[in-house]
Amino acid sequence: MMTQNEMLEKANPRHVFDIGDLSVEEIDDLISLAESIMEKPDAYEEVAKGKKLGSLFFEPSTRTRLSFEAAMLDLGGNVLGFASSDSSSTTKGESLSDTIQVVSNYVDIIAMRHPKEGAPLAAARRCLVPIINAGDGGHNHPTQTLADLITIKERKGRLDKLTVGFCGDLTFGRTVHSLVNALCRYEGMNFAFISPPELRLPDYLKEGVLARSGHPYMETGSIEEVIPSLDILYMTRVQKERFFNEADYVRLRDTYILDLDKLHFAKRDLAILHPLPRVNEIAVEVDDDPRAAYFDQVHHGKFMRMALMMKLMGLEDPLKK
Amino acid sequence: MDVSKIEEGLVLDHIKAGMALKIYESLKLDLLDCPLAILTNVDSKLMGKKDILKIGALVPIDLAVLGFWDEHMTLNIIRDGEVAEKVQLEKPSEIRGLLECKNPRCITGQERAIESIFYLADREKDTYRCAYCDSMWEK
Repeated sequence: MMTQNEMLEKANPRHVFDIGDLSVEEIDDLISLAESIMEKPDAYEEVAKGKKLGSLFFEPSTRTRLSFEAAMLDLGGNVLGFASSDSSSTTKGESLSDTIQVVSNYVDIIAMRHPKEGAPLAAARRCLVPIINAGDGGHNHPTQTLADLITIKERKGRLDKLTVGFCGDLTFGRTVHSLVNALCRYEGMNFAFISPPELRLPDYLKEGVLARSGHPYMETGSIEEVIPSLDILYMTRVQKERFFNEADYVRLRDTYILDLDKLHFAKRDLAILHPLPRVNEIAVEVDDDPRAAYFDQVHHGKFMRMALMMKLMGLEDPLKK
Repeated sequence: MDVSKIEEGLVLDHIKAGMALKIYESLKLDLLDCPLAILTNVDSKLMGKKDILKIGALVPIDLAVLGFWDEHMTLNIIRDGEVAEKVQLEKPSEIRGLLECKNPRCITGQERAIESIFYLADREKDTYRCAYCDSMWEK
């Protein structure tokens, strides 16, 4: 029988904290696998039989948590976990690292959301199983990015040579940070960052990822200025939970509202994405426009999470046996 | 002001004026019980003003910490009253346990017993990036 420290040394699990933890080739493979699952879901319904997902949400979430849990159930596995930090031992003062180490004795993979940035890296210090970052504060959200990428691929037929606009809260918008990171690795990209001055893209992304990639980008306060040139428009919500000051949130929350009047100037094959939940930033009238792709992202997200969990748990594709 | 020569020990020379105390604290030199001199604002032909730190014993010293604060300072190892070796410093690509992340949303501000880790982000601008939250750290 092994001690816990021996188990930790032997386990050496592969984690996904950031979209950069996956290579472009791996992302392509995950998209292919997700498409295969979408096409023949019955073939995958027992792939993870006997496996358990630890669904550890220290911060409330509806769609991401349910998407992960549905993904594991659709692979034939089971789910255990908690939906808020109130129901975890952290309320008793337990460290995140201890909580994760304990849970990793019971499950085969962990999906974790936490309000603090970098929490998954801290959690992984003593963890026996793979951790997937399901969102850490305003930092990263790699599985949302996988859902975004498959949706862009489906709409545009490619992930390169695109002009992509990001609009809204670019400071705290973790989905924006992850997607910018991912798209910078493709050829021929152009970016437009549309935000009020207080919610601009963080310097580490501009000075690090964007500068290194060499892709041209512009920052503007006007959605009307750039919308005619865009292939993809990624809208985001101004997130109340990221503000220390309520007055700042109220002042900034309705800066951008995408409606049919603004879309009048956009390309006919524009794809409008949004990580959801939406508040006011996309008018409901846009939902029926064929350019609206945000509910497709939700649909695709579950299949990408199924593909990612299969990969990290080392489960074979039954259609490739 | 004169400080006498040391027979055996370390001399940190050409420290940017005003930085010696920072280095003293970062290296936890207050824990040493050997003679130690901190000279600040010393006239220098090369730098105008500089700081000097003299440690009267051959103690282990974290070169990454020195390189982080100033890769251009010189570290002389003194034996028998003479400079026996000059150590070339370089900016470390990674620095652990020295800095505190300034991002209030970073997990390092909450989790117990977590060692801070920063990676060199830009050699020219001398900026480091928190391994946990990616926030930049500037001197």
